Amino acid sequence: MLKVVPFLALIALIVLAAVPFAVSDYGLGLLIGAVTYVTLASAWALFSGHTRYISLATVAFYGTGAYTVAVLNEVLPYWAVLAVAALIGGAMALVVGLATLRLAGVYFVIFTFGLAELVRQLITWYEVNVTGTLGRYIFLDITARGIYWQMLGLAAVTIALTAYIQRSRLGLALKVIGDDEVVAAHSGIHLARTKLVAFAASAVILTLAGAIASPRWVYVEPAIVFNPTVSFLTVIMALLGGANRLWGPALGAVPLFLIFEFLSAHFPDTYSIFLGLLFIGVVFALPDGVLAGLDKLKAKRTQPKERTA
Amino acid sequence: MSFLVVDNAVKTFGGLRAVDGVSFALQQGEIVGLLGPNGAGKTTLINLISGALPATEGQISLDGVRLTGLRPDRIARAGVARTFQLVRVLPSLTLTENVMIPAVFGAKSHWGPEARAVAMGALDRVGLAGRHDATAGALTYIDQKRLELARALAAEPSLLLLDEWLAGLNPSELLEGIALIRELAQSGVTILMVEHIMEAVRALCPRALVMNSGRLIADEATGAALADPHVIAAYLGEGADA
Repeated sequence: MLKVVPFLALIALIVLAAVPFAVSDYGLGLLIGAVTYVTLASAWALFSGHTRYISLATVAFYGTGAYTVAVLNEVLPYWAVLAVAALIGGAMALVVGLATLRLAGVYFVIFTFGLAELVRQLITWYEVNVTGTLGRYIFLDITARGIYWQMLGLAAVTIALTAYIQRSRLGLALKVIGDDEVVAAHSGIHLARTKLVAFAASAVILTLAGAIASPRWVYVEPAIVFNPTVSFLTVIMALLGGANRLWGPALGAVPLFLIFEFLSAHFPDTYSIFLGLLFIGVVFALPDGVLAGLDKLKAKRTQPKERTA
Repeated sequence: MSFLVVDNAVKTFGGLRAVDGVSFALQQGEIVGLLGPNGAGKTTLINLISGALPATEGQISLDGVRLTGLRPDRIARAGVARTFQLVRVLPSLTLTENVMIPAVFGAKSHWGPEARAVAMGALDRVGLAGRHDATAGALTYIDQKRLELARALAAEPSLLLLDEWLAGLNPSELLEGIALIRELAQSGVTILMVEHIMEAVRALCPRALVMNSGRLIADEATGAALADPHVIAAYLGEGADA
């Protein structure tokens, strides 16, 4: 069973990579959106899934990635721009992490939410007062298919990295931190380093996702790329699927993204109401995610059988 | 040379001196009881040694290595393991995973089958054999206590700090618990145990430290300590003194 999963995943990846040849432009746009959210939710869960530190900073990194491309796309070759974006995201995560990872619970949530707003306001201030223009254009010679393949690659790397971490010392350390930090420290786990490494890895991926997705916008300004809804959606997608499972975030991201698209297309004025109801529904009905819910159902079904046997 | 040396340890919380200039030394392989009425500062002292709290003043060293100022994870890797007064198991992990953690992240840095073997050994030793894959959250209180001890053992510590590990056990469990600690002591681990159950202290500890209001008021053979008028006064109160 365990050996079949990576094999199936590889086949699925090949099939998914071939899909752009068979769909319309609109279909490809949907695919890019879905894969982007699979990446975001999986990368978010890489840190938050096991540690249970709920971060609302997703869009701070995602937007930073997009903005890096907007600023540098005419100065540096594309691959160098991606590398710079990754470095900026990682550095930002280290600074922010050092300052905040000792905050617990709701304080951390609020701080990360504030961080996204802070970055947005800082960039707005800088653009208005220093460069004098608020918006920027991204003219890159990258096709929608190119973006899709890059994002698919990033999603695959994220899930593979998560699988690797879950089997490593780092993964075990993160799980222990999620359960009880005092026990973790007294068992020899370096709390700050463990959390920082995972937070930075997650942030680098989130930043790269923003950088890769950015050419789709063409025109970029802080209010567009630092939209807090991205952070909320990412959290709820990961929670819906199961944030501490390898495939949970991906499983939550795809249907929620499609629902989100459907609602915003058909109910442009009221879709945020549906979105809010959906959030509440997920938290109430499936606090541990769909995968854990399925496990529970399975356990319920097998138990009575064992009793009669 | 002494193994654990606590030299003039002080811990203040605002104006309260929870640990007030405590000094003592343990020899390697010794098992010593740490007694005193509630609020005497016993758990705070344990917290200072294990690094859960930084000492305000004083020095603590283990086998010549200075522990004061180190983070708890460094102290754990230096060979100090502890249990908690209020049991702390990791509810979402299996028993094996719970116990594996200090084996993986401790001084010996075991990994894979080796770490599992250490964990299983520790679980067997405390009587949790055959339940390796159960989830820790589902255990009864006594089994959670066993699990916590197994976790401390899997660290393969040179100094074990037990904070009322025997509290809350019924009489037959208590006998089992005492036998278990005696077995540990015989294997060469140095043990400092906070305990209110005098029966256990008398049975296990040849020597006792007694604290009251943050100060060490006795450090002598257990029998003598328990007969010491100062100690009796600390536990029962002294009409004329108040």
